[in-house]
Amino acid sequence: MTLHQIKELLQAEVIYGNHCLDIEITFAGGSDLMSDVLAFGKPGILLLTGLTNLQSVRTADIIEAKAIIYVRGKKPDAQTIKFAREKNIPILSTPLMMYEACGLLYQAGLPGVGSLNQSTTSDE
Amino acid sequence: MNRQDEFIQTFTIWGRDFSRAGSVSTEIKEILQEIGVPSSIVRRVAIASYEAEMNVVMYAHKGELILTLNPETIKIEVEDKGQGIEDIELAMQEGYSTATEEMREMGFGAGMGLPNIKKNADVFIITSTPGVGTYLKMLFYLDNEKAK
Ligand SMILES: Nc1ncnc2c1ncn2[C@@H]1O[C@H](COP(=O)(O)OP(=O)(O)OP(=O)(O)O)[C@@H](O)[C@H]1O
Ligand SMILES: [Mg+2]
Repeated sequence: MTLHQIKELLQAEVIYGNHCLDIEITFAGGSDLMSDVLAFGKPGILLLTGLTNLQSVRTADIIEAKAIIYVRGKKPDAQTIKFAREKNIPILSTPLMMYEACGLLYQAGLPGVGSLNQSTTSDE
Repeated sequence: MNRQDEFIQTFTIWGRDFSRAGSVSTEIKEILQEIGVPSSIVRRVAIASYEAEMNVVMYAHKGELILTLNPETIKIEVEDKGQGIEDIELAMQEGYSTATEEMREMGFGAGMGLPNIKKNADVFIITSTPGVGTYLKMLFYLDNEKAK
């Protein structure tokens, strides 16, 4: 699924990264706890979170997330957007709640990180 | 102790400074990427260093992170001045946290930081003196045989 398709599905607004909406997303995970994200995150993940502070982008950068979707219509501040630009991590904001956003993506066939442990993707 | 083939860099971490919190780990990640450390190792170092850095920001006044690189290992030491940890065994348990409501609102306080460090480092040592501070040492082997 491309980031553009995800944007449409979640009626999301692109805050940064209009030029990279054609990137392919293969799995996603959602949490508001940064240590959880650091524990379960795998390179290439699409991160859904309700946290919009600078650490949300730092965490995404550290786990090599492909993009961030902020839920519940939240938007980060200017410093955070600037950092996302520096790190070239696309960030989007959806009015949907976490549960609904994740549910829609899962229904559309986007798996979670758990599926990576058993199936196709090679282990680190 | 100084070796010819060793690179050492020291970084300062400030307690309560959330706008810079994490920047040391971002910098370390960039250094390791630049010198061509395999990405799976860079990732483990970055996660462990970030968790350690955030703990200094949240629970200490000031800390120092020392990165030591040689052809065999990446060593990260984090020493802080702060409240220290009374019961390390308890602090190491998944889910144990003394994070305040304010820290939780910022996305911290899952009680997963120290367990995450232990999981990602090849060697992890933590010592602490309550009322004085905490010392962490992590080693990551570049040699595939020994690495996780
Ligand atoms: N450098 C430190 N100085 C003083 N206390 C610490 C330090 N690091 C950790 N602690 C104590 O150990 C507890 C557990 O730390 P850990 O990093 O595992 O979880 P956390 O920081 O509470 O939450 P998370 O890391 O998941 O955001 C902390 O809540 C704190 O009480
Ligand atoms: Mg922590």
